[in-house]
Amino acid sequence: MAFQPRSIAQYSEAAVTVDLDKCIAHKGCTVCIDVCPMDILDIDPATGKAYMKRDECWYCLPCQKDCPTGAIQVAIPYLLR
Amino acid sequence: MPNDIKVIESEYDVVVVGGGTAGPMAAIKAKERNPDARVLLLDKAHVKRSGAISMGMDGLNNAVVPGYATPEQYTKEITIANDGIVNQATVYAYAKHSFTTIEQLDRWGVKFEKDANGDYAMRKVHHMGTYVLPMPEGHDVKKVLYRQLKRARVEITNRIVATRLLTAADGSVNGVMGFDSRTAEFHVIRAKAVVLACGAAGRLGLPASGYLMGTYENPTNAGDGYAMAYHAGAELANLECYQINPLIKDYNGPACAYVTGPLGGYTANNRGERFIECDYWSGQMMLEFYQELQSGNGPVFLKLDHLAEETIQTIETILHGNERPSRGQFHAGRGTDYRHRMVEMHISEIGFCSGHSASGVYVNERAETTVPGLYSAGDMAAVPHNYMLGAFVYGWFAGVNAAERAAAIDFAPIDAEQVEREKARIFAPLLREHGLPPLQVEYKLRRFVNDYLQPPKVTRKYEIALERFAEIREDLQQLKAADAHELMRCAEVAAILDCAEMAARASLFRTESRWGLYHLRVDHPERNDAEWFCHAHLKKGADGRMSHLKRPVEPYIVPIAEQEKDAYDRLRLNPTTAARAVATA
Repeated sequence: MAFQPRSIAQYSEAAVTVDLDKCIAHKGCTVCIDVCPMDILDIDPATGKAYMKRDECWYCLPCQKDCPTGAIQVAIPYLLR
Repeated sequence: MPNDIKVIESEYDVVVVGGGTAGPMAAIKAKERNPDARVLLLDKAHVKRSGAISMGMDGLNNAVVPGYATPEQYTKEITIANDGIVNQATVYAYAKHSFTTIEQLDRWGVKFEKDANGDYAMRKVHHMGTYVLPMPEGHDVKKVLYRQLKRARVEITNRIVATRLLTAADGSVNGVMGFDSRTAEFHVIRAKAVVLACGAAGRLGLPASGYLMGTYENPTNAGDGYAMAYHAGAELANLECYQINPLIKDYNGPACAYVTGPLGGYTANNRGERFIECDYWSGQMMLEFYQELQSGNGPVFLKLDHLAEETIQTIETILHGNERPSRGQFHAGRGTDYRHRMVEMHISEIGFCSGHSASGVYVNERAETTVPGLYSAGDMAAVPHNYMLGAFVYGWFAGVNAAERAAAIDFAPIDAEQVEREKARIFAPLLREHGLPPLQVEYKLRRFVNDYLQPPKVTRKYEIALERFAEIREDLQQLKAADAHELMRCAEVAAILDCAEMAARASLFRTESRWGLYHLRVDHPERNDAEWFCHAHLKKGADGRMSHLKRPVEPYIVPIAEQEKDAYDRLRLNPTTAARAVATA
């Protein structure tokens, strides 16, 4: 067998966190996902709630400001904090 | 080429690419000019919250309001601030339409600060005239625009990444291609006129934090528009006049001397002393900033700690609630309270942006590029120092003129070969089983931009940069995307590479120094008006490579007196030995 290419997944602390008790994504709400300029939020199939899927946050806050239930909290990404 | 890529074809009279600031205005005005026209507004993100003003804006930086300034005075100020290399017709056209646009925005519901008499509360920040109009409640701008888009019945498509323009046999633009960043569907959109309003090239340099998306600009503004215009054959103007901004260190947002200046704040050195007369962003101001940063007086700060409590509260309300509202959280995390500590500032990585400097796609006073059927507005269109209001004004011009063109011509046939070629280029990373992750390629590319292109510019470093960029171009053939989102990042890294190469080549072409730090060439340190008092344009040559041409500066509409020409060169207060030493290094 020749050398096989492999990839390594790196992990990051999610700057955007979601209050699962308040989030109503399981009822069809997609406000935070829609307004994110970088399109980094998605619905977690395990919980049906919104979550930060990709480490590309601009800490601009539309998700937090526009969430109808106040379920989103944006922290400054660790590298800038 | 995969046959399972779904292709969606559509047809519009006018397609506006970019739904931030200029784009919505262009779409609304195109529809107003011709209500029968089918107008599409295409956005890579979501129009509700896209672009540089996704969270709003705290003021107009260049309002030409009767009683405070005339269009002639403004044109003169910007001509001097940009070292004379200005097509005054474009600046003058902006200035004459500035107040009309403010009144339009006001009628739509954008809130500007007014005094007790109901007049606009103008503030002085520029070196010479008075042009700043605060918007302490400017967080609603995008909402106001969205309401008008709906009212005008503009069609909107979100999450589409435009990647290339289509061109007809006569060289005119006749469509847009792109893909959906969620479904990976390929879009081929025929159009009679296209407006590019894709913002700055804000992901060119790497922020000093090392965080890819820690940019000053909204990182969606990756330079896609510059790359699309270039590949369609359009001329780009004075790209070597980079955007470099004085920002809050690490946070990389504006410290906002425009907001704090009129309230008593100012840019200071480590002794808390003012070292520049005027905080208005210009290449000359950035050079003074850079020199202070490098000297024993550095770093540089925004000083507010001498202000009264109520003034500081006003500043906090404005700065922590509009353009970059996470700023308050950042300061809290670092223990920076404006009352007790100055805000540490730093110099930003490079970008292209005519909104702040002068690097953009060439447009005339009708927002026309050099390619028929292609219009441009906003940060990516080369009208110097145009800011948000300039984006609205040129969006307006572009929309009206694009609608008029669309009413006068028929659709030109689409070249199937261009479509197939673009489809193959765009989707290749999805087909590879193994390959390079786009964000890693982007990181390396942008690190090279910092290492070799950040001014002061050194010829040999620029030549090395071109070698490294050529290697990255090879790497693009190995990009791997796991899904449509990563495909978007692959498309962006190709655009960033085009911009990086344009930045390097445009800078090497102009063998003089001009615009302060923006184009400070260490091995050509003097300004050379005899050979370089001209625009330097870059375009795709017949051989497919970047070519350069000099364009004479158009005859001035507003003459500049000899003693006024260097007004922006006299920004420094109390020049220090240390700063002078750096200047001559």
